[in-house]
Amino acid sequence: MTKEEITKKVTEIIVKKLGVTEGEVTPAASYVEDLGADSLDQVELVMEFEDSFSLGEKIPEEEAAKLTTVGSTIEYLVSKLGK
Amino acid sequence: MIDVMCSLENKIAIVTGSSRGIGKAIAECFLKSGAGIVLNGKTKENLEIAEKELIDAGFSERMISIQADVSKPEEAKKLFDAAVDRFGRVDILVNNAGVFKNSLLARMDESEWDWVIENNLKSAYHCTKLAAKIMMKQRAGRIINMSSVVALGGNPFQANYVASKSGMDGLMMATAKELAPFGITVNSIAPGYIKTDMTKDFTEQMVADILKFIPLNRAGTAVEVAYAVKFLASDESSYITGQVIQVDGGRVIR
Repeated sequence: MTKEEITKKVTEIIVKKLGVTEGEVTPAASYVEDLGADSLDQVELVMEFEDSFSLGEKIPEEEAAKLTTVGSTIEYLVSKLGK
Repeated sequence: MIDVMCSLENKIAIVTGSSRGIGKAIAECFLKSGAGIVLNGKTKENLEIAEKELIDAGFSERMISIQADVSKPEEAKKLFDAAVDRFGRVDILVNNAGVFKNSLLARMDESEWDWVIENNLKSAYHCTKLAAKIMMKQRAGRIINMSSVVALGGNPFQANYVASKSGMDGLMMATAKELAPFGITVNSIAPGYIKTDMTKDFTEQMVADILKFIPLNRAGTAVEVAYAVKFLASDESSYITGQVIQVDGGRVIR
């Protein structure tokens, strides 16, 4: 997948899950501080990313803990799936 | 307001291994309490008998029946897909499917060990995981594991069964803590000596020996177990999680 494709899909998932607008989902946006997620939403988001992208394995717990912003999530997925 | 009805109106429940015995009593009790049910059994014949009985009782509208071996993840998933397709949600999971294969440990084949662990404990892992994914989104749910009093004190000839049931209690405790933030409670019911197909071949001497240790001095019925499960499945049990509730006529008093 290209970075653009990954970004589009990640944005869709976040908009649907957190009820925010596409414009709010910027790379710098923090799930908790900017997008109103609580810790439970964060767990669910990670599960949604795993289900929606064919990663071939689950996101390790220590990596998942680092995915606190939209940008860090996209970078992680690009490192796994990008070309 | 106090509601003492423990109604399950509009709740959707999956009861594994519900074609016979305690599981069937639970399914029937849930249906009579207003719930929608996914009936499940591994054997086609038994499942069809139970299904027909419940349809004849007038429950066809709120019931689907799925033949599946829930010790296999792809088959366990069928139950959850069917529940979501038909009812749109899953409020209650009862991990009831279970088997036993008694033997002295010294003579127990590895296949006998694996078979019991897979059917009792691994099936609970598969189903709890699938339920959690749905219930986490709902921020609500009830998971009930059918354990056994032997998990609390051991029992000869049943090392595999006791290990599987203790394992289910451990799974229950860990997931109770994990899922509490999501509004999901997880508990176990530990039946004692209950009259079912599983215990019908006990000899008179075995029964007499068992009753010596049961203060209420009789076997329990599947329905008496089902009532306790129903309570844990209801809204009224909202402040109970991580517990093993014994339904054993006082056999194990701690």
